[in-house]
Amino acid sequence: MAEPGRGWRLAAPVLVLLAAILAWQALVTWRELPVWLVPSPAVVARTLVADRVLLLDSLGVTLGIALAALALAVVLGVATALLFVQSRWLEMSLFPYAVLLQVTPIVAIAPLVIIWVRDTRLALVLCATVVAIFPVIANTTLGLRSVDPGLLDLFRLSRASRWQQLWRLRAPSALPWFFGGLRIASGLALIGAVVAEFVAGTGGAGAGLAYQILLAGIQLNVPRLFAALVLITLAGVAMFAAVAWVSRIALRRWHESELERA
Amino acid sequence: MDARRRPRRQGAPLTQGGSAPPVLEARGVAKTFRTGTAALAGIDATVRAGEFVTLLGPSGCGKTTLLNLFAGLAAPSSGALRWWGEPAPPDDPARRFGYVFQAPTLMPWTTIASNVRLPLDLAHVPRPRADAAVAEALALVGLTGVDRHLPRELSGGMQMRASIARALVTAPSLLLMDEPFGALDEFTRERLDAELSELWRARGLTVVFVTHSIAEAVFLSTRILVMGARPGRLLADIPVAAPFPRDDDWRTSVAFAQLARRVASRVREAGAEAHG
Repeated sequence: MAEPGRGWRLAAPVLVLLAAILAWQALVTWRELPVWLVPSPAVVARTLVADRVLLLDSLGVTLGIALAALALAVVLGVATALLFVQSRWLEMSLFPYAVLLQVTPIVAIAPLVIIWVRDTRLALVLCATVVAIFPVIANTTLGLRSVDPGLLDLFRLSRASRWQQLWRLRAPSALPWFFGGLRIASGLALIGAVVAEFVAGTGGAGAGLAYQILLAGIQLNVPRLFAALVLITLAGVAMFAAVAWVSRIALRRWHESELERA
Repeated sequence: MDARRRPRRQGAPLTQGGSAPPVLEARGVAKTFRTGTAALAGIDATVRAGEFVTLLGPSGCGKTTLLNLFAGLAAPSSGALRWWGEPAPPDDPARRFGYVFQAPTLMPWTTIASNVRLPLDLAHVPRPRADAAVAEALALVGLTGVDRHLPRELSGGMQMRASIARALVTAPSLLLMDEPFGALDEFTRERLDAELSELWRARGLTVVFVTHSIAEAVFLSTRILVMGARPGRLLADIPVAAPFPRDDDWRTSVAFAQLARRVASRVREAGAEAHG
């Protein structure tokens, strides 16, 4: 089978989306589904426009929390990974706790964090960070260890210092792995932000999209619920695309995963 | 490799056996891995200044292990090694020997120039001086105009040249080479062999070269150390007293064929004795 052309990379998923929307609209019209059960795409679109001020404000809040959490996860995760590769002892002693962070459901610890941290926004960022940090730690640690043994010998023969070995050899080798972790973390940060908002249930001026969904659900304002859902999804896709783009810029000249095919 | 641009050493002798000072010495050297595998047993060998010594043997006979011991990358389980008569590798080994790996072992994320400059960067050599040394080393191996290319943009042979340039950039007197051309096609390998031979003569280098090819060993060496496996040991020490320069004419000559056949039968004999 021939490789699909470049244009199809974007066109194929868009076509699927259009088909799904059409099918959805057709189903709602044909079965005469009530708007409080399944609103049609047209109604959702109208709601998006009508409630845009409210929804975009909330999107800004949620996105801000997710991005702050992602940034914090990168800083703390990379720092932890750097510590881990400095000493096997450190890694052996602490890695199980990183796993613990990963396997503990955020909904279970979010109430505690929200009680302990007075600033709600900060509490939400911390919760989302806890969710997003593990892939950054795990992937970066693996990457920092996945070094060409020949190059490692070369550095040893040249009497490179630990520092030189870290910055000139381990860090560049780890870059593709780090970006792999970052892609996963970008999605998790958003999920973490939404889940934490659900638990916190903060309304008022600082209300995020999760709160709008919660409220719309209670009020049976299903079109707005759908509209908020669409925005969250779009935000997640945008974050993923941004990370993928940065990864492409950083790696496309040399790494197999991003090489442009001739 | 354009060795001709450098002044040739005055009357480079064919083999500098007895008189030249020893560069590398191994006395009763054995190496047993942590897994219990006896990689080397009772190795006695001396490499003298100006020699081109080849470690020849089948895979698994400990050639690379011996080379790594000489490089100081591993320590012997017993026995003693000496470098220029000293009991420890020189303080700054990058200055005293260059090491060429089986694979080009270049950093894929950075340019050829920056790859070749690495040993100098790691030693904090000032940039202008380092850049001059890089240009000289690249010219020496016949790589020009690719400084700013990435390794993947070069052919396997050119990557290997860059790898050799990196080993030469610190101007070492000793070169340790671990089957450097094993992965290349025959045409490229023969050309690089001839250029390496010229380089060795022109720069007055001492080379320890690992290979499993008898023809390559005969073509390059002043002396061949034949090794056998399980445990790795020296089976024979064969001087190759053929004149230099050795080029394609020599490779296709009857004399070369006869010499290669003689070495091959000595290798077989040594193997038979060892197993008999």
